[in-house]
Amino acid sequence: MFDRDRWQEIYSTLKSNKLRTFMTAFGVFWGILMLIIMTGSGNGLRNSVYDGFQDFATNSSFMWTRQTTIPYKGLPRGRNWLFNNEDMKALREGVPEMGYLAPRLQPWSGNGDNNVVRGIKTASYDIFGDYPDFFRIDPVTMLSGREINEIDIRENRKVAVIGNRVRDELFDLDEDPIGQYIRIRGVYFQVVGVFEPRNKNISFGSDKEKSIFIPFTSLQIAYNMGDEVHFIAVTAKENIPVSVVEKKVMAILAERNKVAPEDEMAFGHVNLEEEFKQMNGLFNGIDMLIWIVGIGTLFAGVVGVSNIMLIVVKERTKEIGIQRSIGATPWKVIGQILMESVTLTSLSGMIGLVLGVSILEFINYQMVSSGAEGETFKNPGVDFNTAVIALVVLIIAGLLAGFIPAKKAVSIKPVEALRAD
Amino acid sequence: MIKLKNLHKSYVTGSNSLHVLKGISLEIEEGEMVSVMGASGSGKSTLLNVLGILDNYDSGEYYLNGMLIRDINETKAAVLRNRTLGFVFQSFNLISFKNALENVALPLYYQGVSRRKRNQIAMEYLERVGLKDWWTHLPSELSGGQKQRIAIARSLISKPKVILADEPTGALDSVTSMEVMDLLQEINDEGITIIIVTHEHDIAERTQRSIKLKDGVIENILYHKSNFKAVASF
Repeated sequence: MFDRDRWQEIYSTLKSNKLRTFMTAFGVFWGILMLIIMTGSGNGLRNSVYDGFQDFATNSSFMWTRQTTIPYKGLPRGRNWLFNNEDMKALREGVPEMGYLAPRLQPWSGNGDNNVVRGIKTASYDIFGDYPDFFRIDPVTMLSGREINEIDIRENRKVAVIGNRVRDELFDLDEDPIGQYIRIRGVYFQVVGVFEPRNKNISFGSDKEKSIFIPFTSLQIAYNMGDEVHFIAVTAKENIPVSVVEKKVMAILAERNKVAPEDEMAFGHVNLEEEFKQMNGLFNGIDMLIWIVGIGTLFAGVVGVSNIMLIVVKERTKEIGIQRSIGATPWKVIGQILMESVTLTSLSGMIGLVLGVSILEFINYQMVSSGAEGETFKNPGVDFNTAVIALVVLIIAGLLAGFIPAKKAVSIKPVEALRAD
Repeated sequence: MIKLKNLHKSYVTGSNSLHVLKGISLEIEEGEMVSVMGASGSGKSTLLNVLGILDNYDSGEYYLNGMLIRDINETKAAVLRNRTLGFVFQSFNLISFKNALENVALPLYYQGVSRRKRNQIAMEYLERVGLKDWWTHLPSELSGGQKQRIAIARSLISKPKVILADEPTGALDSVTSMEVMDLLQEINDEGITIIIVTHEHDIAERTQRSIKLKDGVIENILYHKSNFKAVASF
């Protein structure tokens, strides 16, 4: 390894045709650069997406009602129906595999009429009636104050937890919203907390930053909703697939509301566990594609190296003949050529590696400083393992690239090698 | 030292076969200095290549230092070339990117001698061929005679038993040629067997006998009696 004569020879070969060395090295350099940038970008994409639901309970499912599509027990198809409070009790008793059950009311969306008033300011927001359990499924960061709690539910308190943009729009910068009152559809609620959504990439048609949460029971009573439930979120207990829970829940709800058992269209539902699996699969697919393309590009570079080594060996036939005539064994010659090829590939590969990582770091730096971080890209970069794998691949590639030329170099008789010019 | 028995060698190119050596039988004693002469195509270079294990032969027997050389693998051949044989070529065949000292030291590198040790030994040999002060020079910075002396130093460094010289003076002027021959003579005086392929008569006359090849067979062997003193003194 630290054989000076060997390095002298490598240096002399690489130096003897600088342009050619550069072009050859560029092939490998480019391959690694592409591989690093692509894997880095893939990671960036993955990070940004996963960051959007970092704390979301992925073993959760969400259900709502739709028109029935099958006539059942004397009831026609096309019937509108809703869950109710009694259903919730039945679910708690009938589905032991269930973790959290969070019924929800969502009577008004933020796209309609102005539904919230404070002083002279009016605006339109998503209003939700929620149980505290909903915050276990989709956690939020409290900027000030508190979440909705069990006492709010029990005492039907008229309190509200507002999103950060609701605060920005309804309150002045130097104002503390906690303890202040806002009017929602004619009913006053006291603000007890301000939150910021944590899982921006999961929402059901609403902008969480522009949402207001009030206790489920308060909403139901204050606006004469009877025993309606619009939407439910459930989680499964540990090690139980949420699809099992989902099936049981839907069966019970269908039974209790006279919906045909086979009427799947009567429910709207999202199984986040399945979605999550699919997305994982998608990213793994992207990863695989990146590696295939990257390795392919690298391979093209390696073929270039092999090609050049063939030419180098041909050019140096006479020199190799001289070396053999004064006692260089075939393995000495092969070792020399392999070493040259590995040096060329790993050196250019290393440059590609360093440049690739630098470019990713630069992009990251630019994104962080311009505030664009997290939108489609977050922390693009490669981990140490990828770098090590890339390096190993390079060395193996170098060996492969050098092997055929090396074999060729010793396959001819010394006398023929000496005769060459 | 060298013994050939009915040696045959053909070159096959495509469907043509060229019979170059047609039964050479020869014995060369240790410490002899022999020249091989002949017109181009007579097979003299082929003979030297076979003797140097740079090329194989088809039939017959070749004993080098008592050992039958036949179908030996390239690794063994490399070791024999390194330890038993020394080569001097018409075109010097020095490695262009190595300086004089490194060129001379190269055979020891293949023996695995440490850099410091082999450079030290190489310097002794450079001194012997009178080029000690030129050790840093690259081959391109040396004259033909100097290059050939470097090549001779290189062939000597592994203390070979036989030196094979292929037209060693072919690229040199007559004065330098004689200097190189003086050097070879000196080496021969130390007991090293030397075989020189040449077509120059004045070179051949400085050896103890000239083997003349014609069309792949030995035409005659000419003894130069005046040069027998060296052998007689043994």
